[in-house]
Amino acid sequence: MGLIDNINKLFDHRIRLGIMSILMVNEEVDFNRLKELLDVTDGNLASHTKTLEKAEYIKIEKSFIGKKPNTRYIVTPSGKMAFKKHIEALEQLIKKQ
Amino acid sequence: MESKKYLEDISQIKDLMNRSSRFISLSGLSGILAGTYAIVGALIAHFYLIPQQGGYVILHSWNFKMIVGVLIAVAILSLVTAYLLTSKKAKKNNEKVWDETTKRLLINFLIPLVTGGIYILIKLNSQHYGLTASLMLIFYGLALVNAAKYTIGKVRYLGYLQIVLGLICAAMPGYGFWFWVLGFGLLHIIYGSLIYFKEEKA
Repeated sequence: MGLIDNINKLFDHRIRLGIMSILMVNEEVDFNRLKELLDVTDGNLASHTKTLEKAEYIKIEKSFIGKKPNTRYIVTPSGKMAFKKHIEALEQLIKKQ
Repeated sequence: MESKKYLEDISQIKDLMNRSSRFISLSGLSGILAGTYAIVGALIAHFYLIPQQGGYVILHSWNFKMIVGVLIAVAILSLVTAYLLTSKKAKKNNEKVWDETTKRLLINFLIPLVTGGIYILIKLNSQHYGLTASLMLIFYGLALVNAAKYTIGKVRYLGYLQIVLGLICAAMPGYGFWFWVLGFGLLHIIYGSLIYFKEEKA
């Protein structure tokens, strides 16, 4: 088994990696804030958050602020674990070279 | 081979973590100016408003109201300066001043500060002026330490210094005025200069 096996394929993408990085250090973040930080389109962001939700790495909470729908994202404990593992794998790979 | 991509990944993670959770540091110049306002305010109070030798300030007197007015003016001027200079700096770095992080920074800064302010006003109303300077320094220091979690700079240390100064001040009654000048004036100027020269170099 090579070190490369510890790299999480789901995080091997700029936007998904970005979403996880932001959620790791914030209790919850809403859709617009994510969009602004990552500088991506609505559709692009929505499809990547869906992927992460399917893997149960993040939780999506929908509510209304007045009449406006508000979607917030929260990292799950298993998402935190997976992300930490991924970072460790990155570190190992860099150290080896 | 792939290692360059991994390094890029790591630096992207770091950048997003910082940008999403930490407010850009305040400009050094705003620290220097805040300290200067405090010293000018203190000089005005010292020469024109605080009665010399033997006299004391009576609550609700003209002098007392003027001193409170000077304090409020110093606070407002400092805040406005900090806001203007920081937004200028943010614009230069293409960052937004008013976002989630700033809001959190402000709330965490204001909780200890407003608590202290109200406490001091209650004490003043029952004629306890003795510890005013000490309480101002302590609560301001706590506010800085509490807000430091949301900044990139080293505001935490300025907070520690203000708290220590406030405690020493509490142990030395009668020198409140001078400790106030030291904390709000001199420390701000020294701290601001350190940041300012670091910014210039960067």
